[in-house]
Amino acid sequence: MRRSVYIRICVAAVLLLLPLLLAALLSSDRLATQLDQRNLAPGLEHLFGTDWLGRDMFTRTMKGLALSIGVGFLAAVASGLIAGSLGLMAATLGKTVDRIITWLIDLCLSVPHLVLLLLISFVLGGGVKGVVVAVALSHWPSLARLMRAEILALKASEYVLVAKQMGRSAWWIATRHMLPHLLPQFIVGTLLLFPHAILHEAAITFLGMGLSPHQPAIGIILSESMKYLSTGMWWLAFFPGLCLFVVVRAFDMLARSLYQFVDPARFQR
Amino acid sequence: MRATRMLMFQLIRLVLLLAAVSIITFALISVSPIDPVQAYIGADMLRVGEEQRAAIAAYWGLDQPPIERFLHWLKAIVQGDMGTSMIYREPVLEVIKDRFAHSFVLLLAAWLLSGVIGFAAGSLAAMKQGTWIDRVIQWYCYALSSTPAFWAGLLLLIVFTVWLPIFPVGLAVPAGVSAEQVTWLDRLYHMVLPAITLSLVGISNIALHTREKLLEVLGSDYVRFARARGEQGFLLWRRHGARNIMLPAITLQFASFSELFGGAVLIEQVFSYPGLGQATVEASTRGDVPLLMGIVLFSTLFVFVGNAIAEWIYRLVDPRIKEGYRHET
Amino acid sequence: MTLLDIRDLSISFAMYDRWLRQTTQPVIQSLSLSLEAGEIVAVVGASGSGKSLLAHAILGLLPQNASVAGEIMFEGKPLTAAALSKLRGSKIALIPQSVQYLDPLMTVGKQVEQAARIGQPKALRQSIFRSFRLPEGAAKLYPFQLSGGMARRVLVSTAAVSGARLIIADEPTPGLDEAVIQETLRIFQDLSASGAAILFITHDLAAAAQIADRVAVLREGRLVDISPASSFAGMGEALSHPYTRALWQALPQHQFIEAVGWNDEA
Repeated sequence: MRRSVYIRICVAAVLLLLPLLLAALLSSDRLATQLDQRNLAPGLEHLFGTDWLGRDMFTRTMKGLALSIGVGFLAAVASGLIAGSLGLMAATLGKTVDRIITWLIDLCLSVPHLVLLLLISFVLGGGVKGVVVAVALSHWPSLARLMRAEILALKASEYVLVAKQMGRSAWWIATRHMLPHLLPQFIVGTLLLFPHAILHEAAITFLGMGLSPHQPAIGIILSESMKYLSTGMWWLAFFPGLCLFVVVRAFDMLARSLYQFVDPARFQR
Repeated sequence: MRATRMLMFQLIRLVLLLAAVSIITFALISVSPIDPVQAYIGADMLRVGEEQRAAIAAYWGLDQPPIERFLHWLKAIVQGDMGTSMIYREPVLEVIKDRFAHSFVLLLAAWLLSGVIGFAAGSLAAMKQGTWIDRVIQWYCYALSSTPAFWAGLLLLIVFTVWLPIFPVGLAVPAGVSAEQVTWLDRLYHMVLPAITLSLVGISNIALHTREKLLEVLGSDYVRFARARGEQGFLLWRRHGARNIMLPAITLQFASFSELFGGAVLIEQVFSYPGLGQATVEASTRGDVPLLMGIVLFSTLFVFVGNAIAEWIYRLVDPRIKEGYRHET
Repeated sequence: MTLLDIRDLSISFAMYDRWLRQTTQPVIQSLSLSLEAGEIVAVVGASGSGKSLLAHAILGLLPQNASVAGEIMFEGKPLTAAALSKLRGSKIALIPQSVQYLDPLMTVGKQVEQAARIGQPKALRQSIFRSFRLPEGAAKLYPFQLSGGMARRVLVSTAAVSGARLIIADEPTPGLDEAVIQETLRIFQDLSASGAAILFITHDLAAAAQIADRVAVLREGRLVDISPASSFAGMGEALSHPYTRALWQALPQHQFIEAVGWNDEA
């Protein structure tokens, strides 16, 4: 059991680093228009084929993935920080703050996720900034709720109460008793935001919000491929989407495997 | 008595929610760098003079300060006027009504499909816990939840319209046929692929949840006792499993309206299905502020209704709540 | 005729700690016990002594992370998983501990009728309810609506309607008033008189001594003593094991003597 968890973590890490490495290594020349290389099916020369301008789809996909991973990383970390601080504030700063933050969480969850994403990135005028902010601002509620509940439960827990009675300072309790328990929860919770962040980044770029068509983002590649579907150029949509799927799956697997270490009780069954 | 109180409470919550959402949305759009006049004129920008710009701005009420505009807008909304969509040149309410009518059938079909398949798959996985069936279903669910919905739609399009051309490429009705001639069979035929794709979005959630809940039930004392009475397999599931996981599953399914709506936005884009989801994309990419605000409010209402129904089902079906109330009164 | 024969039974649980290291927790160690048809054997022990697990082990209902060693024979044949799936509910019945063991979303009448294996379920349920002085209206109630005493009688009815040869009663008496306890015990005596063997698991030594033929004492997962019920008389002079004697003398109706590690769950 333990070993298989380690193996899964390693596999996931490799799958995540590979596109970043390849994106850095592959030359941008292969993204140039090459009219004699148009519409080629996948082969040894072009692993994922070429598009209607003769651009190498493998290079485009890897660069797109690298961008997606980067955007997802930024957005998930920002979202995690928002969630962590709001959760902490709700649980420690008294009833009024708690009520306001709980209400804010409910409010955020009451608008369909994708509509909220579109609204925020529309308000910010699109672009990478718009996408990152939109994803960051729309993913924090669930983690914030979890952190709040965890901190409240810890505050009421027996060993914290005993520590208080023994006259330990708030700082001592926070760093010795609460942090060791909360930090892993928080890190894994943030990691679990990654797959969502990447999927939603791809979704709104696919819908045409945000990134310019020249940036090789997975969402844009897939959106462009729609025009060529009827010509039978399946590779335009198949490989980029598959790679996106693998990256998302790897993130998910990584986060879940780490979760097993943090909270083994959940995985007893 | 309690029922009316619950209804009143829900209504008050709804009004407060819609008020909060509209204030925040309006504030967000007011501070946005997007110029709605430019969005409205679009590519014709160069040929439009300053005066024309001002006229357009005045027509849409864009020359007033934000607070005044908000009050103006709020007053209109309370009277049932959500403004006019810039793209469709039609009242926002009409656009939403029209588009939602198309989306509704699609949403309903996908919702039912994902609910039934997810419930069955989750039940099967839990009953066969630890076997290869369980592993396959779980793997499939995790894979589905990592699959971009629009990519799944693209793959289905490639397979079923290009390679095996058995389904139409998209749209809600055949092209070039007048509205009266479109039969419900046509509509159904055009809806199959989008509905299947959209249902994929919901399946994994409900299946994994059902599996989890059923395992909880199977580990409970009352199932242990049922086993002690010789019940097993399908009989055990029917008598004690299904009965106890049905309510949470239905509740979850009603609470999933948010993901359902989001999924519809993506899927309608892939299949060029002229529903509310496509209108959402149009409104946000082309800067149709009145329509976008209308859709934000409408989709909030949609999600709220789902949650409210879930609350009512619990209230009406669960004997622990239902009979409990009866005994109190 | 020996109905149930438990030989050298051990149960342990596998657990994972924080870093997924596996540890094992033994709960019952080399327990041997046999039951004749028509006999009542009481297993007495404090909470946490592994009593309920013994009941679940015989029925093959332990959680998946439990491992079992030893042998359990029923009517001379080993109780394998396949054998159990035929015997449960028809030849072996369980009377569980609490109302938690009833399906919260099903009326109790239905649950009792589903347990019936002989004759016409509804008529059977009605006659059992009458003899337990349960009102007919109780059949339409959900478990959460039952009082403690009613719930207990419903639980006993499920075993009574099954017509089982072996009845395992897991703590059937706590929370009942004296009259209902006496009635429950009388029902057990009736059932055993009709040929059923009863494994009466309890922490109530007085009740055990009253109706059982033999009393087995369980302590921290080990069977320390089996004595005939007749030995539980006076100050327990006939009891050979000191722990058993201490338990008996600690009962409130005898003079109060400091008990050895006796934690009542009340």
